[in-house]
Amino acid sequence: MLMLGPIGFAAPWVLTALIALPVLWILLRALPPAPRQVAFPGVALLRGLLDKVPVARRTPWWLLLLRLAAVAALILAFAGPSWKPVVPVGQGGPLLVVLDAGWAAAPDWPARLTRAEAALGNAAAQGRPAALLLADGRAAPGALPFAPADTLLAGLRAAQPMPWATGLPANPQAALANVPEGALETLWISDGLDHPNRGAWLEALTRRGAVTVVPPARAVRSLSLHAGDTPSLTLAATDETAPAILAIGPDPQGVERELARLTAGDAAVADGTWTRPAAIDLPPELRNRITRFQVEGEAHAGAVVLTDDRVKRRKVGLVGDADRQAEGQELLSQLHYLRRALNPTADVVEGGLGDVLDTAPDVIVLADQVDLAESAELAGWVEEGGLLIRFAGPRMAAFEDLQNEPLIPVPLRQGGRDIGGALSWGDPRTILPFAAEGVFAGLIPPEDVTIRAQLMAQPAPDLADRTLAALSDNTPLVTRSRQGQGQIVLFHVTANAEWSNLPISGLFVDMLNRLVQTARVAPADEVSEDRDQPFWTPETVLDGFGRAQPAEGMAPVPAADLARGTGPNRPAGIYAAGERRTALNAGGPMVRADWPGATVEAVGTTGGRDLTGILLALAALILAADALGSALLARGGRVAAAVLLALLIQPAPPLMAQDPNPELARAANEVALAYVVTGDERVDDASREGLRGLSVVLRQRTSVEPGEPVAIDLDRDDLSVLTFLYWPITDTQAAPSPQAYVRLNHFMRSGGMILFDTRDGDVAGVGGPDMSQALQALAAPLEIPPLSPIPADHVLTRSFYLLSDFPGRWQGNPVWLEAPPAGAETAEGMPFRQLNDGVSPVVIGGNSWAEAWAVDDNGYAAYPIGRGWEGEQQREMAFRFGVNLVMYVLTGNYKSDQVHVPALLDRMRTEETLGP
Amino acid sequence: MTQSPADLRAQAQSASAHLPALILSAERLAAMVAPGAHGLRRAGPGEDFWQYRPASQGDSARLIDWRRSARSDAEFVRDRESQTAQAVGLWISAGQGMGYAGASDRPSKRDRAHLLALALAMVLLRGGEKVGLLGQPARAGRVQADRLAERIAAITARDGDGDAPAPDQLRPNQRLVILSDFLDDPAWVDALLARAAGMGVTGVLMQVLDPDEETFPYAGAVLFRSLSGVIRHDSRDAGGLRDAYLARLADRRDWLRRRATGAGWHFGHHTTDHPPAVALSWLYQVLAG
Repeated sequence: MLMLGPIGFAAPWVLTALIALPVLWILLRALPPAPRQVAFPGVALLRGLLDKVPVARRTPWWLLLLRLAAVAALILAFAGPSWKPVVPVGQGGPLLVVLDAGWAAAPDWPARLTRAEAALGNAAAQGRPAALLLADGRAAPGALPFAPADTLLAGLRAAQPMPWATGLPANPQAALANVPEGALETLWISDGLDHPNRGAWLEALTRRGAVTVVPPARAVRSLSLHAGDTPSLTLAATDETAPAILAIGPDPQGVERELARLTAGDAAVADGTWTRPAAIDLPPELRNRITRFQVEGEAHAGAVVLTDDRVKRRKVGLVGDADRQAEGQELLSQLHYLRRALNPTADVVEGGLGDVLDTAPDVIVLADQVDLAESAELAGWVEEGGLLIRFAGPRMAAFEDLQNEPLIPVPLRQGGRDIGGALSWGDPRTILPFAAEGVFAGLIPPEDVTIRAQLMAQPAPDLADRTLAALSDNTPLVTRSRQGQGQIVLFHVTANAEWSNLPISGLFVDMLNRLVQTARVAPADEVSEDRDQPFWTPETVLDGFGRAQPAEGMAPVPAADLARGTGPNRPAGIYAAGERRTALNAGGPMVRADWPGATVEAVGTTGGRDLTGILLALAALILAADALGSALLARGGRVAAAVLLALLIQPAPPLMAQDPNPELARAANEVALAYVVTGDERVDDASREGLRGLSVVLRQRTSVEPGEPVAIDLDRDDLSVLTFLYWPITDTQAAPSPQAYVRLNHFMRSGGMILFDTRDGDVAGVGGPDMSQALQALAAPLEIPPLSPIPADHVLTRSFYLLSDFPGRWQGNPVWLEAPPAGAETAEGMPFRQLNDGVSPVVIGGNSWAEAWAVDDNGYAAYPIGRGWEGEQQREMAFRFGVNLVMYVLTGNYKSDQVHVPALLDRMRTEETLGP
Repeated sequence: MTQSPADLRAQAQSASAHLPALILSAERLAAMVAPGAHGLRRAGPGEDFWQYRPASQGDSARLIDWRRSARSDAEFVRDRESQTAQAVGLWISAGQGMGYAGASDRPSKRDRAHLLALALAMVLLRGGEKVGLLGQPARAGRVQADRLAERIAAITARDGDGDAPAPDQLRPNQRLVILSDFLDDPAWVDALLARAAGMGVTGVLMQVLDPDEETFPYAGAVLFRSLSGVIRHDSRDAGGLRDAYLARLADRRDWLRRRATGAGWHFGHHTTDHPPAVALSWLYQVLAG
């Protein structure tokens, strides 16, 4: 490295080429520029004339200067210049590179690797021994091996940031036992955060020699989840800016995308870190979908919070009287209202109390139940943190031993009271506004919600504290008491509309949701005590960059280890044990590192600024100017302008991938049959030839005149212009993307039809393998209605030809389509039932129709069918099936409606005779 | 840069609009001895119908047109138009050099020559003369203007730089108008004039040049080449050649003028930056006088 002022040259010997510049000057001066070429008819008159004074033309000095400048810029560029490069110090001694490899190092990982590689490369060039300490917490115990620096490069290039925090070996002295002679030079590529053992290491290293610290180029941000009654996020950062937090999860179509953006609140500054809380204030439907929170613009594991049961929907157990069977009476059932209120936001389990307790719910709702057999288990469940919501009712009001009923928040009077009934004074009561700090804060009771009956509480000094909602005469409507870690809530009314019209108001839903959200979800550390679940198995893990990876071949993690957070062999991710799933997240509180006794490089000057590109661009510009100048000199202004124009003209932008497939445009213009490209060349050829053969037959025999078949790539092409899609099933084709399934479902809903062909109808004979598994896998995400074999009176049997069988290359297998409605019956005077009002979205069969239809380029059948004349007969029937199918797709139930024609004609005739 | 016949015709119409009909005057009296093709707009020996006139004393009964006379009481005589064998032949050089235009705002020499030829033809046709391209039949009448416009526009450039009329296309009692730049080897002019003199054919030589060819505005190192690329001349100091070039051009003109006057012809020159009407007026005077 040669330093000239602030500029360093990586290959200084190239600069010797600058000596050649004066030689070039003389050479260029001696060579005249090319003469102007002029077309001139009078040249015949010039013949034989001699120049009077032969002038030696020279290249003008400014053109010479331009060319020399271009050559000089090229020479300088190839000498590898850089602005203020980092000059390695300390020559001779051993070199230790400490590379922090936790999640905080992931954002600028390639830059860190480059830096470490440069240092090791220099050491290799100088023949110094070197060692690499990868601080990912997995360093082998014992002394660090020092080796020639170039042997370490392969290991360095393979290093990846880890989805846990940086970790250093515990004992620096033991690790540094093998350091060779000489002052140890240390390059510490830090992630900017403090980690255990870092102080000890820094002290040990500074004692042995100079330590250079490379701080991170950008601020570190981490995201962590604060679990509790209302889970919230904490965004910690080493600078002031607060990026948005993205809530990511599958949308209703099943496509992973950003569902919401959260903004963090005001920052609390401590020790150079800014900590901001961010409330997860989202509708429950949205919240239940979220799979991860991520800090916008941060790609590392610490900026990702995976969600588990803590953020997700609660499991609610409903216990009550079984529904009455007949329709209408379910409106009298208490459970009906609870079910309707809770189903959208919670997982609802119903059954007897014992069954419900076995499913370990977060909330149990008892609707008018007293004197329960399992009250001891229920009490234990509440003690451990369960939320019990009870509703009053006639049975509770009539219970004699109500005073001694356990699990009631406030003592109750037997009998209850009626307000505003036929035999009582006063009007039905309304609800008082809710307290400003309570579970129901912010909800507004509608004025038309009235209470006609309620269970009364015994007056007690703590009654007011336990009341969550009260009536206009200050008698309690909802009361709550805490018991152990759990809570018990009592609604003093029924959950149906018998005592009040509260359950049929929107307020009821809101109140229940608020209560359910307060239910505690047992945190992981409690479960870790559970002897039944000693191990948690990773399901999905993050890599250091915060990308989700399937956890394949990873060992289960002991529950006790999991409670200690992320670390080696416990990457951030989702862990499962039995029914429970918990998320282990890497982010958390951060402490900035300080570096006493070490040289900290200024941020941004790490590699120096490479000037090669700038110089090359400059040379190109000068050469362009030279071309312009030469053109000006030789051809006059017009050519120079043309050259300038050519330089300025931008190349046309290339075609975008979003441009519609021209084939599809054609399909929109005319009728075209389409087939799905499977990737199996033989099958795709058969599909194309088959649909071409069918198109020919359609053109010959019907008024449908299809064009060439269209090949459809499900992942790319828009299906909205198509009507008929032939989908041969192979066991090798990849499943389409979720977006493709969205398009397919929309295609089927909007009147398109897919003909699934498993091509395996000849199972008994020479045919191929059974494809039903592949069909199930491919068609699972499609909205396929209930299916049945084609009924004998289906419109498909007579939409053009009268058919009784639907052969393709094989024969005699059932063909399936949308099942007729259950109640279809033969009407009087009609030869067939009125089955489907519309087109079946799918037809599924295995007769390999495309091969039966296929014609080659010469118009001959491409595949043999059966034997001799019978085979040709079968091919003809296959064509007839194809014609019927296309007619059915294009005309729908028009043919079925034809049966009404005689009746309509009769009626018109009658009206004619009756009329004037 | 070929023009469409319609454009050419429109331009020629405007260029010739201010000139009265031209009747070749010089040899008219002399030509009377050779009755034939030259219609002179008066009754006389000829082939085309001229007028019916009442028969007067001295007309023999054989001359009376009975068919016309039967429609009235008087007798009529059918007069024919007096005709001579005079006709004008136009020739325009189709050499590549004629395609030259020194600047984009000037027409090429060929375009200008076409324009002059057609404008002249129109003036002549208005005067009742017969006009045609050399080697093609000369006819009179309005339609001939259209025909000429099409034929002139259809003239395509030849391969070589120069072009020469074929002397065997000359016919007696013809007037010739030769439009060319006369920059290539002019030996053919001698041959043409000699043959023309033998047949009693006279005419005009018109040299059409671009201003660049008159002034030679070049300097510095220039590689000159003819438009067909056959002739090249490399010069290191084009400015120094100017005087020699202009002298040679003047020599060429002198030589042409001498030859032309010697054979009873006229010689004129025209540059494309001058209005075509000037050249047309000159041609008019020369042909009419």
